[in-house]
Amino acid sequence: MASDQKDPDKERVPFMQRVLDNPFLLLFLGVTIPTVLYILWGVMELTQIPVAP
Amino acid sequence: MSEATFRTCPTTGLKVDLNAQKLIKANAVAAVVFLAIGGLFGLTVALTRWPAVHLLPADWFYLALTAHGLDVLLLWIIFFEIAVLYFASSTLLNCRIAAPRWGWVAFWMMLAGGLITNVAVLQGQSTVMFTSYPPMMAAQHFYLGLILFAVGALVAVGIFFGTLVIAREERTYEGSIPLVTFGALTAAIIAVFTLASGAVILIPTWLWSMGLISTIDPLMYKLVWWAMGHSSQQINVSAHVAVWYAIAAMLFGARPLSEKVSRGAFLLYILFLQLASAHHLLVEPGLSSEWKVFNTSYAMYLAVLGSMIHGLTVPGSIEAAQRRRGFDKGFFEWLRKAPWGNPAFSGMFMSLVMFGFLGGISGVVMGTEQINIIMHNTLYVPGHFHGTVVAGTTLAFMAITYLLIPLIFQREIRFPRLAKWQPYLFGLGVAGISLFMMGAGTLGVSRRHWDITFADAPLDFSYPEAAFLMLALNGLSAIAAALGGLFYVVVVVASVFFGRKVEGRVALEAPAGKSAVASYGSSESLKIPGTLLLVGVFFVAFVLYYFVNWKYLSDIWPMR
Amino acid sequence: MAITPPTARLWWKEPVHRTELVWIIVAFLWGLVMFFMMIWWHATGEQNLATETYRTTPNAFYAKTEAMVQQYRVRDVNGIPVVRPPVGSDVYMIGRMWLWYPALELVKGQTYRLHLSALDLQHGFSLQPVNINVQVHPGYQHVLTITPDQAGEFSIVCNEYCGLGHHTMLGKIYVTDASGVTP
Repeated sequence: MASDQKDPDKERVPFMQRVLDNPFLLLFLGVTIPTVLYILWGVMELTQIPVAP
Repeated sequence: MSEATFRTCPTTGLKVDLNAQKLIKANAVAAVVFLAIGGLFGLTVALTRWPAVHLLPADWFYLALTAHGLDVLLLWIIFFEIAVLYFASSTLLNCRIAAPRWGWVAFWMMLAGGLITNVAVLQGQSTVMFTSYPPMMAAQHFYLGLILFAVGALVAVGIFFGTLVIAREERTYEGSIPLVTFGALTAAIIAVFTLASGAVILIPTWLWSMGLISTIDPLMYKLVWWAMGHSSQQINVSAHVAVWYAIAAMLFGARPLSEKVSRGAFLLYILFLQLASAHHLLVEPGLSSEWKVFNTSYAMYLAVLGSMIHGLTVPGSIEAAQRRRGFDKGFFEWLRKAPWGNPAFSGMFMSLVMFGFLGGISGVVMGTEQINIIMHNTLYVPGHFHGTVVAGTTLAFMAITYLLIPLIFQREIRFPRLAKWQPYLFGLGVAGISLFMMGAGTLGVSRRHWDITFADAPLDFSYPEAAFLMLALNGLSAIAAALGGLFYVVVVVASVFFGRKVEGRVALEAPAGKSAVASYGSSESLKIPGTLLLVGVFFVAFVLYYFVNWKYLSDIWPMR
Repeated sequence: MAITPPTARLWWKEPVHRTELVWIIVAFLWGLVMFFMMIWWHATGEQNLATETYRTTPNAFYAKTEAMVQQYRVRDVNGIPVVRPPVGSDVYMIGRMWLWYPALELVKGQTYRLHLSALDLQHGFSLQPVNINVQVHPGYQHVLTITPDQAGEFSIVCNEYCGLGHHTMLGKIYVTDASGVTP
């Protein structure tokens, strides 16, 4: 068992490496983050501008 | 399933799908054509800005400026990037390209869109600048062309993702994709956000130009438009960083210092780089300071962190490779004895240095929320982005062309001496353009302005004398850059159409004292003092220039 | 090489050299400095762009501006009215093709609420030689609280392209010292 753990061919691929090897997960993150933080947040602010007194 | 035929590259041993090869060629050639057209427009713009020459009349100046932005900032760059995407997926992964027919559909849509928009601009009814801010309205086919182009490019990006899927399913590579392909993936992801935003805002604007929608809100337009306009420049950054790594690998056999660090830096791009679209909205009404500070800083400068990492790891990997080859003396023997006569290297290295020092630093400084007040819409802005997209991206793309011509087009480079000097002339010219426009901008000179003497204005005003000098020097630099650009087009056209066919191996690797060791870069033996000195100088310049601009800001009228 | 897959299967586990690590930390900390510099300037700096914004219409904004012009006009410059509004008051300025209207006369060291809007297209308010640049939109009224701290004649250039006469679009702000003299 202990020697299995050390064998690089059987060791589990680290989480971050699996993330970086998954293009569609990255695509999802790369589109969602700017859409929410830049576009949606910005649009929300623009729609809340009050009418001049 | 379409039949794919391959040839085996005698230099690299890679299997090249002939369908992909044809698509790469077509997109690269279209890119160079638009570079030539757009570059010519750019020269006329610079010569008009030079007060003593003042080449074009006002209407032609604004028309040429619109066409210049469109042809080089969008068409040249994106066509070339599509070529890079196909190369980095199909060729580097030994894989057939997904749906080559759709690749041609994408190509013809992009080409038709580009031509339609160019025609619209040249007809004179669409002098609205590259940004086409409403309520200023262009002709209907101006928007239609842009939409066609964006959708075509989106299809091409889809083919890139499809090819990644096929390569994984058919196991054409072992383990993870190469770092260069990962950089291309970063560019492709940003491209999806970019092109989708473009379609989202340009389709209603097109309907508005046909009278089907009554108004387009100018602020809302600007918010979404810059999600395309600025992010498209972030595709460039990702793509040209990938190109830097590719050239370093092809010329020196350089390995990334650490796969983890370099990929992590690209991940920071994927997550945060696109937020910087806010750089264009820092002096806009209606958006809160919280939104501005968060977005303009790419979420606490995490994407800048990514760029600063690449700024270390790209030259660092070259230094490590060169030292392994025996160029190990002092700080800079590795750099002195680099192949400076090879345009692929000289172009790549100048691109790296100028992107950092000219484009990078100025971009972060200008993108500081408050400092933007003293720079917005002055000539500082084009000064900055000629440092990023021309000195950075265009020069890097030119550099890799000198490798793609023998490897993909399988032609020898014609006029090698012209090719040898081309990056220097172009680089020097662009550095001048960037610096002198930033200088004029610091003096307050407006961008997109035909006459800085205000001769026809109802009131009197003149910019400081020094601004006139800056614009004259900008004109001279533009002539140098245009000549460098012309050399590039001549070499490319001559080599591609009249070059001798390459037989057998291409000699790529730099002359070496010792052959590069196959595996190095282990964390114990890394020695890159020269690169550390370079990034140290960069860091000091960055910090000083940053605080100098806060000092400038503190001198203007108090406002809140 | 960077154009071939990583040689180690578990490349994420490869150690990172100290050189790279130090640079990453330096760059990250520098990013934090730059980020908090903006926030700190909001708290202590004197030059921050106001976010006070209202929706308006070209007609409504023109009416307010014209009322101010009628009330406080002191003279003309080349046919353009010069307005000397009371210290601390609401001051209106229009950007339109191709003039900043009206010209203003302000007092050094005094604070005004400057309302900016456009009537037709977007314009760029670029105060020279001070070098303050603000984008001006039609349909939106942006209120800047400004305190001119130099006396003299200042010009407003338009730095957003607004049609073929764009390069002729100018405006004026005259700043007098407390005794009412423009140097």
